[in-house]
Amino acid sequence: MDTLKGLTLLLLCQSAGEALARVAHLPLPGPVLGLVLMVLLLRWPAVRAPVEAAATPLLQHLSLLFVPVGVGVIAHLGLVTQYGPRMLLSLLLSTWIGLLVTALVLQRLWPRGDDEVPA
Amino acid sequence: MTTSFVELWVYLSATPLFGLTATLAVYVAASSASARLGHQPWANPVLWSVLALALLLTLTATPYPVYFSGAQFIHFLLGPAVVALAWPLWQRRAELRARAGALLVAALLGGTAASASAVAIGWAVGLPVEVLASLAPKSVTAPVAMGLSAQLGGIPALAAVFAVLTGLVGAITAKALFDACRVRSLAVRGFALGTVSHGIGASRALQVHPDAGAYAALALGLQVLLAALLLPAVARLF
Repeated sequence: MDTLKGLTLLLLCQSAGEALARVAHLPLPGPVLGLVLMVLLLRWPAVRAPVEAAATPLLQHLSLLFVPVGVGVIAHLGLVTQYGPRMLLSLLLSTWIGLLVTALVLQRLWPRGDDEVPA
Repeated sequence: MTTSFVELWVYLSATPLFGLTATLAVYVAASSASARLGHQPWANPVLWSVLALALLLTLTATPYPVYFSGAQFIHFLLGPAVVALAWPLWQRRAELRARAGALLVAALLGGTAASASAVAIGWAVGLPVEVLASLAPKSVTAPVAMGLSAQLGGIPALAAVFAVLTGLVGAITAKALFDACRVRSLAVRGFALGTVSHGIGASRALQVHPDAGAYAALALGLQVLLAALLLPAVARLF
């Protein structure tokens, strides 16, 4: 029952987010506003157990949710091959640059040593 | 016998049941194979599910819209999943507040580096403007990236392609990259993956360790917010 309640709360926040984005002409996507609303809602203790029950399985299987878009990517692969290697170069390098910049900045600002990956 | 089998297939493959069942079945198989292989980065379940399903659609000559009529039920859950990110954010709120500065700076610089270097490299090798505008939001989760690229004058379908590829590249290569550059902290690794490779990277981090996963989810939530707030403003400057 908690899971259903939680799912309802997630959908209510998303709907409120979509409505807010439209009415107030905000540049934020509906689900993102929903996220913000949900964080505010979580101040209220009664919603925490249901939200946890619905959010945990949803986030645990997050990668499943990308499969339909991924299959669509194959359908649009023509767009990629059109610009081919140049596009892939930009994609690969920028992903590595982004990963390294984030990791090195965070490591510098926040040296932790307590959770190292076993070498 | 053969005709009735063909008829049955034609009937079944045209119903939403086909796309939904195929997606779940293939993903479950890819996930258990990945677990059996010790979650090796190259055994990424999204990558292999997508390839297997694409092959299945080609072999059975099923058009993507027919497949999607069933798969949309899974796709729809991306929205509630973004809202569900509120939970890991809330759970770690104390640590977040204490480290807010460091995390925000890292998310901002990392996200900017990913987006700006993609556009800069793309520009340097002569990609057209609408492709550059589709590259800019590639570190944001696919549905948000599509909306953003439309605002920026890009091609939403192409933006989704870039977002998925960026997610996969990060999920598959991050371990080797971090090992080579001596990034050892699980929290830092997870946070970087979530920042640059969004949901697909976060799922990978979650597979490795719950700590890495929590920081990846946190980074994913932050990145979606930052990109949605900042990218349209930055694009207006050009």
